[in-house]
Amino acid sequence: MPANRLSRDQVARLVAADIAPGSYVNVGLGIPTLVAKYLDPAREIVLHSENGILGLRGLVPGEAGDDDLINASKEHVQLIPGASISDASVSFAMMRGGHLDATILGAFQVSQAGDIASWSTGEAGVVPGIGGAMDLVAGARRVIVAMQHTDRDGRPKLLRACTLPLTARRVATSIYTDRAVIDVDAERGFVVRAIVAGLAPGDLQAMTDAPLHYAPGLVTLEPSTT
Amino acid sequence: MINKVSPTLLHAVSCITDGASVMVSGFGDSGLPYALLSALLEHGAKDLTVISNNAGTGTAGLAGLIAAGRVRKMVCSYPKSSGADVFAEWYRSGRIALELVPQGTLIERMRAAGSGLGPFFTPTGYDTEVAEGKEQRMYSGKGYVLEEPLAADFALVKAHHADRWGNLTYRLAGRSFGPVMCMAARVAIAQVDDIVPLGTLAPDAVVTPGIFVSRVVRKEAVHAR
Repeated sequence: MPANRLSRDQVARLVAADIAPGSYVNVGLGIPTLVAKYLDPAREIVLHSENGILGLRGLVPGEAGDDDLINASKEHVQLIPGASISDASVSFAMMRGGHLDATILGAFQVSQAGDIASWSTGEAGVVPGIGGAMDLVAGARRVIVAMQHTDRDGRPKLLRACTLPLTARRVATSIYTDRAVIDVDAERGFVVRAIVAGLAPGDLQAMTDAPLHYAPGLVTLEPSTT
Repeated sequence: MINKVSPTLLHAVSCITDGASVMVSGFGDSGLPYALLSALLEHGAKDLTVISNNAGTGTAGLAGLIAAGRVRKMVCSYPKSSGADVFAEWYRSGRIALELVPQGTLIERMRAAGSGLGPFFTPTGYDTEVAEGKEQRMYSGKGYVLEEPLAADFALVKAHHADRWGNLTYRLAGRSFGPVMCMAARVAIAQVDDIVPLGTLAPDAVVTPGIFVSRVVRKEAVHAR
């Protein structure tokens, strides 16, 4: 891991620290799934899974799974005290109906307007999949994207305009990457709130398609070795 | 006397005809009615349109039906789960059609059909590819897409307990799509862990009232007893 890059776990920890106590939150596939690991149970952040679970946790090592308790990644989970089960239509009412405080999801691309592309690579023969993503971003109060700053080939994923099929327009509120934490401002576009140590603003701009602005009190993030 | 109990799984699915539309409950493997799907494979109905959240994993269940060439079209939200190799192969080779629907829209389309509603407006997918060709409208400053109700000829559902009137309970998150699919299908068929005497299920514990259910069968009922 190069020094000027955050690990997936470190990105997940940053997102976790940004969730207010008592929030109802949905976590999606990829880095978002890791976020759950770093939520302090004492802060009573209640996780939602689209298949009808409100109040779940990961299994502890050695704990048996139950096929009727899985998360969006289809991994076994367990219920926490205070959990509830509902059918699919009620679960999606929570999502689309504006009842979730935040949704944390991965994306292929995010635009400076807050557009998200996360369901289709547009390539022929590659199976697309929407799942609950379009409903989550349509309703959640905060839409937090957690992803790598650039794609596998080093191309920017934070763009002036998305080139892939959209999940929704103007919905992303914050983006957590391995290089920076960026808020989406309705007028200014991408506003960098934190940047990884050892990376100059010019370097961050070089790996970002859209123009970057900087928040006053910019925070420097030290990559950890753990 | 109302008796919706089928003696065998094969009997329960014997009404499913070629060309039928079939809703299948489950989120991934959770809540997927494997016993009914095995019976449907044995029964042999083909040219099916299957409506389910996912498109099967591994080689049994939905993947088994697809591999046997019984499914003409999948209507689902997320056909690319890990292990969904059978669907991917059939999709790439153009042997199966796909209608991709956002999950909440899929559910609400079924709920509308089962509730006697017409088309409805949802914010999900507004001004994206999934809204193409559909009416879109601004309401109170927010964009909405007009979506159609989605009914089906049959639903295959996994539930926990049933009585002979077809009242159903579910176990944990195995519930997910079961209730809404029972409402939206002309004939809903439930596989259950056990069938209990009428009057045994607490009325306020019944999640799907029997009025929505046509047939119930024990998941082990391979042979009549």
